[in-house]
Amino acid sequence: MSITYLEAIREAQARALAEDPRVFIYGQDVGAFGGAFKATKDLAKQFPGRVIDAPISEDAIIGLAVGAAIEGMRPIVEIQFADFSTTGFNQIVNQAATLYWRTLVPCPITIRLPSGGTIGSGAFHSQCMESVYAHYPGLIVMTPATVEDAYSMLLEAVAIDDPVIFCEHKYLYYHLKAEKLPTEALPVGKARIAREGRDLTIVTYGAMLHESLAAAEELATEGIEIEVVDLRTVKPLDTDTVLASVARTGRLLAVGEGWPWGGVTAEVVARVAAEGFSLLDAPPQRLNAKDTPVPFHPNLWGAHRPTARSIAVAARNLLRL
Amino acid sequence: MIQAELSCKPQSGTAAARELFIKAYRLMLLARVLDDKLASLYRSGKIYGGCFLGRGQEALSVACGLSLRKGDVFAPMIRDAAGRLAFGETALDALRTYLGSRLGPMRGREGNVHRGRPKEGLLPMISHLGAMISVVNGILFARRLKGVTGTVGLASIGDGATSTGSFHEALNQAAVEKLPLVLVVANNQYAYSTPNCRQFACRSLADRGIGYGVQAVEVDGTDLAACLEVVGAAVARARAGAGPQLVVAQLLRLCGHGEHDDASYIPEELKRSHVGRDCLEVAAAQLQARGWADAETLAAWRAEAVQQVDDAVATVQREPPPDPAEEDWTAISSRHLIEVFPEPVEPVRPPCAFDLP
Repeated sequence: MSITYLEAIREAQARALAEDPRVFIYGQDVGAFGGAFKATKDLAKQFPGRVIDAPISEDAIIGLAVGAAIEGMRPIVEIQFADFSTTGFNQIVNQAATLYWRTLVPCPITIRLPSGGTIGSGAFHSQCMESVYAHYPGLIVMTPATVEDAYSMLLEAVAIDDPVIFCEHKYLYYHLKAEKLPTEALPVGKARIAREGRDLTIVTYGAMLHESLAAAEELATEGIEIEVVDLRTVKPLDTDTVLASVARTGRLLAVGEGWPWGGVTAEVVARVAAEGFSLLDAPPQRLNAKDTPVPFHPNLWGAHRPTARSIAVAARNLLRL
Repeated sequence: MIQAELSCKPQSGTAAARELFIKAYRLMLLARVLDDKLASLYRSGKIYGGCFLGRGQEALSVACGLSLRKGDVFAPMIRDAAGRLAFGETALDALRTYLGSRLGPMRGREGNVHRGRPKEGLLPMISHLGAMISVVNGILFARRLKGVTGTVGLASIGDGATSTGSFHEALNQAAVEKLPLVLVVANNQYAYSTPNCRQFACRSLADRGIGYGVQAVEVDGTDLAACLEVVGAAVARARAGAGPQLVVAQLLRLCGHGEHDDASYIPEELKRSHVGRDCLEVAAAQLQARGWADAETLAAWRAEAVQQVDDAVATVQREPPPDPAEEDWTAISSRHLIEVFPEPVEPVRPPCAFDLP
C-alpha cells in the first residue's frame, strides 16, 4: 500500500472529523464534489452536515470560521488556491490573527492553502503565501514537505488553539508517496535534518525540500556533502536547529519558492547572521523565485523558481567563497 | 409561529409598551450623557486616540440592544453606546476602554469602540467595515451545527459599510445558510464626509435585500417607538426561523465622524429636516405627550444618569494603566509556540576599580 501527500491530507481531515465533533470543513466545492483537488473526497458522505460548500466569498468564509471558533468549534477552511486567500486576507490577518490578543478568546481555525507552482498554473494559481502570513503576529504557519508531515501536522493544526495557515504544496499532491501514515511525529515548531552533510547547510521547506535534496544528490557525486534542513513550520521558525547545522558546516544557503524581497529565506539569513555570525565561513546566501508573477509556460516557470540545478549552482558558488 | 412571537410585542398604550419605552429612553439618555462625558474627556486630552459618538443614533441603537436577549449575539458599530448598554455592557467597560484602564475588557491593548466580550455575545469590532457580519454568521452557523436554537445575531453597520465586499459576501452567506441574522443599517447620510449620493445609486439601501433574497424594512431612525417596533419585529422574525432580516434606518449623525471632525460638510438644511431631528428630544416629547413622564421626571432621570457616569469616571480614573513590564507580549495562546525575538537590554554596569572605596 502507498499513500500520496494529498491522500494524507484527506485522511488527516477524516480522522479529525471522526475524533472531534467540534471539527467541520467549510470551503468552495468541498462537499459532495470533494474539493477541487479531491482533498475532501467522500468526507461529506462520511460526515453528513459537517463538510459544507461555501459561496465564492473568501472574506465571509474566514469570517464565518472565526465566529464558529468563538462559539467553540474547530473549523477547517479550504481556500481553493492559496492565491485566492488574498480576498480573505483582511479576515485572516486582522480578525483571526488579532482575536486572542484582543480578547483572550482563542481562535482555533485551520486555513488550508493549496500552494505553490505546478506546470501550466500561471500567475494566479501558483503563489506561495507563507512569507506574507508569517509576517503577521497571531498566526502559526506550516509548510509540510512530506507525506508524513502533511498528515501529522494537519492533525496538529486542528488541535492547536491558534489560527494555523497550512501551506500544503500542490506540486507534492500526487508526486509524493509514502508506504504508510505516520504514528509519531516531531513536535510542531521543530525543524528536521532531512539529509546530513558537512560542507554546506541548505535551509528550505515545502516543494523546495525535494529540489534541494536532488541538488544534494548531484553534488554528492562531486564529493560535496550538503546538509538539508526542512523547516516544516516557518512560524515559529526553529532557529536552534538551523544554527546547529550551520555550526557543523560553516555555510548557509536558504532556499524558498516565494519571491526574493524579504520572506522566509531572508528571515533565516538574518537570524543566522545576527545570532551565528561567528559560525559562518562565508556570507550567507539566499535563492528564491524571480521577482515577477509566476509564468505559465513550463520553459519560463522552470526558470522562474529554484530547481535542483540552480540550487546546485548556488551551492557550488557558495563553496568557492 | 411568527404571529405568536409578534403578538408578544407590547401594543402601544399598554403598560408593557410604556415600560419598554421608558426603559429605552433612559438607556438612550444614559448613552447620551456617557457620550457627552467622553467628548469632554477627549477635549481635555484625557483620551488617547479617537472618540466616536452615537449622537442621533440612540433610538435605533437602543432598539437593537433591547430586542436582543441574553444568549443572543450583538456586533455593534462605532455609534452604538445605547445598544451596548441595552445589551448589558456597563458604562465601566466603555470608560475603562476609552481611558485605558488595565481592569477593562481590553486591558489597554485596544481602545475606544474596539471593545467587547465575545463569550458574552458582545463582539469587539475591527476597524474594517462590514467585517463583523460574517463573524456573527459563524457563531449562528456553529450554534446550528451544535443544535442550539432560538438565538439570533444582530450586526450593526452604517451606510458606508454597505459598499464593502464584506457586506455583500456576508449578507449573501447568511441568506444561503438561512441564518437568524438581523443586519441593521444606520443610514446617517454620511460615511465620514461622503454623502449618500457618492456611496450608492439605488433608491434605498433596503432595496439591496431583494438581491440577496432577504426581507428588508425601512424605519424612521429618529422615532424611538418606530425603531422599537420595526427592529423588534425583525428580530422576532429571525428568531422564528424566517431567515436573515435587513433593517435600514434613516437618521442623521448629530456630530462629526469622530470628535476630531466638526462635520462642517453637513448642510444646515439637512440638519433642519425631518431626518435631522434629535431622537432623544423626540422621545422626550413623546413621553410627555403620552403622559408617561413630566419635565421634572425627565430632569431627575438625567441627573441620575449624570451621577452614574460621573461615579464611573471617578472610579476608572483611579485605576492603573497597563504596564509594559507586565504585559504578556504574545499574540498566540499556544505558549510552547511563542517565538522570542531579541530585544536590546541595558547592560548592567560592571564593577569598576574606580568605584572601590
